[in-house]
Amino acid sequence: MQISTSSTVDQVGIEERAAALSKRSIKKQTKIEGIKLAISMIDLTTLEGKDSPGKVQALCQKAIHPLEGNSSVPSVAAVCVYPNMVSVAKKALKGTNVKVASVATGFPSGLTPLPIKIEETKRVVEMGADEVDMVIDRGAFLAGEYQKVSDEIAQVKEACGKSHLKVILETGELETYDNVRKASFLAMQAGADFIKTSTGKAAVNATLPVTLVMLEAIRDYWYQTGKMVGMKPAGGIRTSKQALQYLVVVKETLGDRWLSNDWFRFGASTLTNDLLMQLTKEATGRYQSLDYFTID
Amino acid sequence: MRAEILKTYKLFINGQFPRSESGRYFQIPNPKTKKPLANVSQASRKDLRDAVQAARKALPGWSSKTAYNRGQILYRMAEVLESRKPEFIDEISKMTGNPKKAEKEVLTAIDRLVWYAGWSDKYQQILGTVNPVALPYFNFTLPEPQGVVGILVADELSLIPLVSKLAPAMVAGNTLVMIASEKFPLSAITFAEVIATSDVPAGVVNILTGFKNELIPHLAKHMDVNAVNYTGTDQALVKLLQEEGSANVKRIIAHPEPKGEAWLDNQKAQSPYWINSFVEMKTTWHPIGV
Repeated sequence: MQISTSSTVDQVGIEERAAALSKRSIKKQTKIEGIKLAISMIDLTTLEGKDSPGKVQALCQKAIHPLEGNSSVPSVAAVCVYPNMVSVAKKALKGTNVKVASVATGFPSGLTPLPIKIEETKRVVEMGADEVDMVIDRGAFLAGEYQKVSDEIAQVKEACGKSHLKVILETGELETYDNVRKASFLAMQAGADFIKTSTGKAAVNATLPVTLVMLEAIRDYWYQTGKMVGMKPAGGIRTSKQALQYLVVVKETLGDRWLSNDWFRFGASTLTNDLLMQLTKEATGRYQSLDYFTID
Repeated sequence: MRAEILKTYKLFINGQFPRSESGRYFQIPNPKTKKPLANVSQASRKDLRDAVQAARKALPGWSSKTAYNRGQILYRMAEVLESRKPEFIDEISKMTGNPKKAEKEVLTAIDRLVWYAGWSDKYQQILGTVNPVALPYFNFTLPEPQGVVGILVADELSLIPLVSKLAPAMVAGNTLVMIASEKFPLSAITFAEVIATSDVPAGVVNILTGFKNELIPHLAKHMDVNAVNYTGTDQALVKLLQEEGSANVKRIIAHPEPKGEAWLDNQKAQSPYWINSFVEMKTTWHPIGV
């Protein structure tokens, strides 16, 4: 199978552009608006072996009211959990706008047989997941078995029904930007609603250049087909400054219509507190301490 | 004839020597010629923020080191300072124009570091107590570090006010953000070179040079600073520290003494009770058999 990506990636150019876009100074009211937007785009995530219903419930409370006692801070976009925690999260988020996302398809490696991946996807959707974060089989992708990867995505998409499908490329394992672009097109052509950088479990997670490569793929795919696809960088985005840099890159690559949580998400957990600390700093003029923000 | 290579005095944050992020600097004059003696970095509130961040990060590691190890590291600082005596005497003389006093100051600083190094595993024993209670409990009180401590170094003499506060604060397990003397900042930054080469983990001591009026309000307001230590009699400043510090219940310690030459007097400027100014007391009720 050939993947039509229309062009290859200029590595130096991408890294330079990402570096140039990350130098913008964003202050005062713009910063406050940017931070609030970033909060509304977070997929508040807990994907640890030691996750418990209690922890997920606490996380859901934080998702609904990120800053207790301050209603001007928006809810986050979604809570992202392992399949066994979907029903707990669903119950805790009932009656709110916060969505439940579940990882599936043998997360984080994706090395389980296809029928099990499909079964897992169906089950999390039945349990109430509004969004499914699947992983691609990187081994197959790197071996050039594009058809296999594409078929898997298409079948998982079918199993999702009305739930949104985010396809994790795990860019840290794809070696080159050209592969990232190829995998992005492959996922979009197979029906992904979102493409997502990484699981958060690899040595290298989301970076600004990789995100830029994927955003440009989304843009080119949109030009070709008219179909909008969302983007979710995940892992390694911990500071408000980084989050604002990502928003700048989105704005400059895809424009305003992607600047909403329908089309852009941050997969993160610690980022939330940094955003809240910066927001409080702007409001009070005091540099903040983690002592006064909830641990998650 | 070669051109003398002049030292760039930079800040000391997280074990490194960055320039101020603001790019600013100020000059201090030679007291005799009134010509500029050196350029000094003028720290901004963002440098202060970075320093506090570094100190916070270094706190768990430093406060959990054994008392013995903290003592060793303070002693190491004394060793390194001893080996650089002439350089310090020369530098202080240039700032103050008084070589004789400069020598006394450096020697006192070395001895004071050794003195506090010795206290590292002893102050707990004299500051801590076992308290009599009329219940079946073993009740005891132990000193613990305050945490991230801001220290406003007095503007008198040059090296000794800095060392006299740094040593008790460090030995008690705190991490420090020091605002150096505005008049005599050079030896503070040269002393940072001693710290950087004495096995002191990065971030345990951070030293900023600059204008106090600009930096102190941000230090006082900072929610992640646990205590501020000030020596002097400026009541308006103490009021500012207390008011702004109240938001996170900062411990504000203000000592009117020592002043001037008294910094060199071991009776007046070193005491285990100076360590007491850098600790919080924790009392534990431990049940015992009835």
